[in-house]
Amino acid sequence: MTEPSIPGVAARPPRNHWWDVWDQFKVHKGALVGAFFFLLIVFLVLFGPLLWDIDPTKTNIRSRNQGMSWAHPFGTDQLGRDIFARMIAGGRVSMGVGLTAMALSVIIGTFVGVIAGYFKRLDGVLMRLTDLFLALPLMPLLLVTVLLFREPLSAAFGPEGGIFVLMVSAIGITSWMQTARIVRGDVLALKEREFVLAARSIGTPPRRMITRHILPNVMSPIMVSATLGIANAIITESALSFLGLGFPPDFPTWGRLLFDGVDYLTQYPERVFWPGLAISLTVLSVNYVGDGLRDALDPRIRGR
Amino acid sequence: MLTFTIRRLIFAVPTLLFTALIIFLLLELAPGDPMSNVPLTVPDDVKQQMRLALGLGEPMHIRFFKWIVQFFWIEPLNLFDQMFGTTFAEGKLRVISWQSRSPVIDIIAERIPQTLWVVGTAYVVAIAIAIPVGIYSAYRQYSFFDQAGTFITMVGYSVPPFFSGVLVIVVFAVNLGWFPSIYDTTHKVVDWDSFVVQLKQMIMPVMVLALQITSQISRFMRASMLDNLEQDYVRTARAKGMGERTVVMVHVLRNSMIPVVTVIALGIPAIFGGAIITEQVFKVNGIGQLLITAIQANDLPMVQTLTFIFAVLIVLFNLFADVLYGILDPRIRYD
Repeated sequence: MTEPSIPGVAARPPRNHWWDVWDQFKVHKGALVGAFFFLLIVFLVLFGPLLWDIDPTKTNIRSRNQGMSWAHPFGTDQLGRDIFARMIAGGRVSMGVGLTAMALSVIIGTFVGVIAGYFKRLDGVLMRLTDLFLALPLMPLLLVTVLLFREPLSAAFGPEGGIFVLMVSAIGITSWMQTARIVRGDVLALKEREFVLAARSIGTPPRRMITRHILPNVMSPIMVSATLGIANAIITESALSFLGLGFPPDFPTWGRLLFDGVDYLTQYPERVFWPGLAISLTVLSVNYVGDGLRDALDPRIRGR
Repeated sequence: MLTFTIRRLIFAVPTLLFTALIIFLLLELAPGDPMSNVPLTVPDDVKQQMRLALGLGEPMHIRFFKWIVQFFWIEPLNLFDQMFGTTFAEGKLRVISWQSRSPVIDIIAERIPQTLWVVGTAYVVAIAIAIPVGIYSAYRQYSFFDQAGTFITMVGYSVPPFFSGVLVIVVFAVNLGWFPSIYDTTHKVVDWDSFVVQLKQMIMPVMVLALQITSQISRFMRASMLDNLEQDYVRTARAKGMGERTVVMVHVLRNSMIPVVTVIALGIPAIFGGAIITEQVFKVNGIGQLLITAIQANDLPMVQTLTFIFAVLIVLFNLFADVLYGILDPRIRYD
């Protein structure tokens, strides 16, 4: 099909659809700033230990409870550990949990959504399952799950690895439902389109149909729910750590640092402030990126 | 409409049973043992007797069935007895807490007023703020008020309650000393002075909860208003010469409220879940705090009952929201 040429408008050279998305994304100032902050935090967390090579677990009782200084930009805690180094180490864990749990939840959600949308026979069953999961009280169940499975998993994967696996799977398994619903809706609409009919008429098997024709076209809602999923996962992990049901005490995460800081709230409020700020800033920037992406990937808005 | 409601009610039953099963199975796998506090000098056969007395030691499906019966038949009977002074439930085994050896429902009934008081006030305050903000933001889209409002709601949406709660404690309780940082639930309101004290201790938890809820609802309200302001019927109403006030506050608002009302209904059970953290921060001894202490003390009947109550709330309000949606918007009805 050829584009009807509009007089007066020079024909544009063909270009990738993602450039249009980027152009629209740039318009959203909040999203741009959010993306910048998110990348900055990711960069700091990834390469921070190279730039700031103090061991976050090294105790030094003589220099405990220090304020801000050049040697310790965020001060030291009650055991003389450098808080800046602990923030970087905590960020690695929080970000790691956030990204992995998001990936798991998006994979489950997309799988369920595509299968439910594409195969009519499975639709009813899978959507009822999604409804059942949506009716579960997630926070209490997460608390119970973490409490029950902490010991066996710690024994199997080591204290840190076990909790990591537990956190990621618990958060992933309890947050895929929205993605599944949105993806299913989009797949149902896509199935009626001509290109799908054309592909089917030349005998494309369902497996290739999904990977070649359906999946690339539902990428936009998946990307949006992936960004929002990061925010959700980081908040859930910090909340569990804050309730004392997260990683072990000597293993810093942002939520854990905040939880530890609460004990010294009256003397050293900044110890609560830094990890809290890190969590809030990350979640805020991710939410803004999600907002911008949603606008940028919406073709109804993009043309304007 | 009636068939629709009945169909939804019928579907709620398997949902509840499934949730009950998941909660039950999850706790069955608990490695904790209520007998672990019993001294080692107690002989093994006595321990077995004690396990049986606690209702353990029987096959899993029988215990599940017994638990369901206890929850859905014996506990309501007890409630009925208390209300009318009858003795239908006498001698029947109730759900007993392993911590305090008293009926779980009685403990929960003691804790509910605190939670409802704080969370309920926060919800009402949040709705009262969110709806006008949402309306005005949408009406003056991209104005300064809208930009500022959108930013604040975004912040309120992103800052977790365990940080905002601690932050307001630092500012208002530690530095300024205006409000107490710990919520005193034994405080009784008898005169004006004690009312002021109650108000003071409620401000901070309500503020933290309300910030979160306001952000969610006002985002919804704004989006819903924006959708409706573009509609043709708005142009028609204006073309008929109606006042701007009537157009926005009557025509647009009434239609925009439909999704918002359901969101408000759906949010009520989530608030109980979200209040776990806020209650922990401000030491409000409500349901959320009860759940945390029960989990830490390995008190299985308490955890089961509380989690299941949360599940019942979610299912009930889902049902309520669905029916409400059908009543408010005739296009939604499926019959």
